[in-house]
Amino acid sequence: MRDLIVVGAGMVGHRLVQALRDRDTSGTWRITVLGEESRPAYDRVALSSYVDGVSAEQLTLPTDDDPLVVRHLGDPVVALDPAGRVVRTASGREHSYDALVLALGSVPFVPPVPGRELAGCFVYRTLDDLDAIMAAAGRAVTSDRPGRRSAVVVGGGLLGLEAARALRLLGLSPQVVEIAPRLMSVQVDEGGGALLRRLVESESLAVRCGVAVTAIEADRDRLVAKLSDGVELDADVVVFSAGIRPVDGLARAAGLPVGERGGVLVNGHCRTDDPQIWAIGECAALQGRTYGLVAPGYAMAEVVADRLLGGPATMTPADLDMSTQLKMLGVDVASFGDAHATTAGALEVVVNDPVAGTYAKLVVSDDASTLLGGVLVGDASRYAMLRPLVGLALPADPVALIAPGGVELGADALPATAQVCSCHAVTKGALSAAISVGAHDVPALKACTKAGTGCGSCVPLLKKLLAQAGVEQSTALCEHFAHSRAELFEIVVGAGIRTFSELVARHGTGRGCDICKPAVASILASLGGGRDRHILDGEQAALQDTNDHFLANLQRNGTYSVVPRIPGGEVTPEGLIAIGEVARDFELYTKITGGQRIDLFGARVEQLPAIWQRLVDAGFESGHAYGKALRTVKSCVGSTWCRYGVQDSVGLAVALELRYRGLRSPHKLKSGVSGCARECAEARSKDFGIIATENGWNLYVGGNGGFTPRHAELLVSDVDTDMLIRLIDRYLMFYIRTADRLQRTAPWIESLDGGLEHLRAVIVEDSLGICADLEAAMEQHVAGYADEWRGVLDDPSKLARFVSFVNAPDAPDPTITFVTERGQPVPVGMPGMRP
Amino acid sequence: MTAGVDLRWETVCRYDRLQPERGVAALLGPWRSDSGASLDAVQVALFRTHDGAVHAIGNIDPFSGAAVLSRGIVGDRRGVPTVASPVYKQVFSLLDGQCLDDQDVTVASYPVRVVDEWLQVGL
Repeated sequence: MRDLIVVGAGMVGHRLVQALRDRDTSGTWRITVLGEESRPAYDRVALSSYVDGVSAEQLTLPTDDDPLVVRHLGDPVVALDPAGRVVRTASGREHSYDALVLALGSVPFVPPVPGRELAGCFVYRTLDDLDAIMAAAGRAVTSDRPGRRSAVVVGGGLLGLEAARALRLLGLSPQVVEIAPRLMSVQVDEGGGALLRRLVESESLAVRCGVAVTAIEADRDRLVAKLSDGVELDADVVVFSAGIRPVDGLARAAGLPVGERGGVLVNGHCRTDDPQIWAIGECAALQGRTYGLVAPGYAMAEVVADRLLGGPATMTPADLDMSTQLKMLGVDVASFGDAHATTAGALEVVVNDPVAGTYAKLVVSDDASTLLGGVLVGDASRYAMLRPLVGLALPADPVALIAPGGVELGADALPATAQVCSCHAVTKGALSAAISVGAHDVPALKACTKAGTGCGSCVPLLKKLLAQAGVEQSTALCEHFAHSRAELFEIVVGAGIRTFSELVARHGTGRGCDICKPAVASILASLGGGRDRHILDGEQAALQDTNDHFLANLQRNGTYSVVPRIPGGEVTPEGLIAIGEVARDFELYTKITGGQRIDLFGARVEQLPAIWQRLVDAGFESGHAYGKALRTVKSCVGSTWCRYGVQDSVGLAVALELRYRGLRSPHKLKSGVSGCARECAEARSKDFGIIATENGWNLYVGGNGGFTPRHAELLVSDVDTDMLIRLIDRYLMFYIRTADRLQRTAPWIESLDGGLEHLRAVIVEDSLGICADLEAAMEQHVAGYADEWRGVLDDPSKLARFVSFVNAPDAPDPTITFVTERGQPVPVGMPGMRP
Repeated sequence: MTAGVDLRWETVCRYDRLQPERGVAALLGPWRSDSGASLDAVQVALFRTHDGAVHAIGNIDPFSGAAVLSRGIVGDRRGVPTVASPVYKQVFSLLDGQCLDDQDVTVASYPVRVVDEWLQVGL
């Protein structure tokens, strides 16, 4: 057995170990990995997601327990003796080798600016760097000092923009200072850079291009960055992200040749001058040039793994994929192939639409027959299809490939040799072969080919390949139905089915479950609820989740909470008093909700009808807090009172809430109306949000709070109230008919082929000719609305369900007990309760 | 629990009080045993499945401690009749109380019989 030493435990070193272990089936090599960072290899490409809350554990690359791989971390190699074939680490440990691979990566380049070593100056490369930046930002944000908290990012490349985004997430106002005349100058050309800057600035990020930072000075407990144009920027944090330098000191000291601009010189086999020593990744200079992306490093790792086992693999710089795709501050940017048209005679085809905010360029050969590269800014949806075509014959006119409404390429446009996944070098041929032997969905393709497990940008293309191969993607709801929710909706409408039993007998198997039953209940309610059909009528009652079944929200101790509707958050003093009296008389815990209403907690199931009776007598009705249905339409006080309001936001909110109350949908629906652009109702965090303008209303769609917060996007602007309501009617009905179970509006819009543009085409321009139908369906809902609480109070057979025990209807559940907390009853054993 | 060995049959309600594919809760006890010791009350969840059969299991959801299994959705998993806890949605077999999402967890199950249209649970 021979000894291989891998110096460096980053992504590329990790890949080498994986590739070698996959191929070295006879156990030729025993591998020792020596790393400087104390952490195991992690996904540095996704480093910025750490600020979004992704943990270090989640970023760690998977490793198998393997007796042939030993890792020593936190102990850098400090000396290399090629003659003696031995390395020494900082702790004095010596390792001899038969082969050595340098995978040391790079370090951030910090320009020689006076003051760069001051406290508050950071680089952006490792998790430890991010920990330090987060700590410093946290101190700045929580300090008592008045004024805004700011940061300066030195360098407007890919990493600099990521750093700026991270700093903004941490509560600082970042300014990006770039010495080059444009942002991301490596990836993007002048035209794309201009648009990128405009889009980035519209995300309220300040950008200064063409100026240098000349000094950093301390200013009490803060910093001042002095610029070459005389401007001084104050900052709590300065982050240097002005490029990287290969780590080649170890190789230099050992006498190995390095490139003119640094990096260990290697040939097409990634071998250095010493036949036992190889170099891969960012520390290697392949024929004199270094590469700062992970895909070329992975390609080098594959070559060395092959060579170590006697294989013939080789590479040239032309083989290295320099493609990049990213979403930067909400702006899509992609660059691939010869993006700067450096090939002799290359022609550039540009489609620049400053109104839509998109820029696209293709670089083609001098005879316009071969695709060489391209740049996409603002809309990178065509990247997945275009990148694999680099070096191949153009399948269509180049303008048509990037023009709006141009040619939409299918997977059949690619030859079998086209590389679909550049992270793992997987060709279309390899994927087709995997599909033919049974990999019938994206997870299966990922598992057997690794395609799509790197940057993930080829996943849309994997879906196209599956579709082209005729493989149906499973959208089955559960074991009882092979259909998606949208398909069941069509079946129910088309066949006029009115019960679950009929549906499951004709189109499903078994007797359903807690997934399909509420989904079908929602469909039936959306289609024909209302006055004649209470959701607890007949068999439908058995389909409802416990919240819908008891028209209240189950809490963790088995009690329920009760929320009366308060449309638009507007309530009379008498109403407030009535709610207060109910809470007092039934000893309920009371809390104001985020949706501008009042939640009454701790009601036992047998108390619910009596509580509702009191609320209904006082003029209230169910607020549907328990349903996958419209919850609230939140509003600011609007022009009625506010000095700044330009429209009556409360009036509109009340009208909308009364129009859509009781509407069952795939998930809960929230809305908000703001009376002016100050947006006090937070309408853009809602599934549909309305913001008043001088001329009417702007309608935003697809926002939500919760686990993955999202801002709603503008659908139409300056429409009058009539048009607004018709558009919302269409939007909600289209959502109800086509969304998946428990899919909120944001992911639903994302899932539409064409996204927001498609939605706009369907509900504003009526491209499918269904708008009249959608509006009619909503009219039917509005006309058929009835209060669900009253429906129970008026029906003795429904009332009979609201008992604690069938044999002791009024006996309270003995497991329910309360203690008093801040003057109100709360369940016993409340976590976080103060002693 | 197997039927026949010293079972105490408690009458709960009429059979037609149960709706198809929905549950009810019953509070049984407390009792005094023959030796005079006091036995705690028991909460039982009874379910009527689509085929008309009635099953009884413990009403207390072991994952939340709340007495709510009777309020879950009744269905089946690979042919086994089930109820899903309304709190954290774990599914239990109505045949033997086994949790089908966590093999280490089981709730009690009880024999049920119908006598003159009245449901009785054996304890």
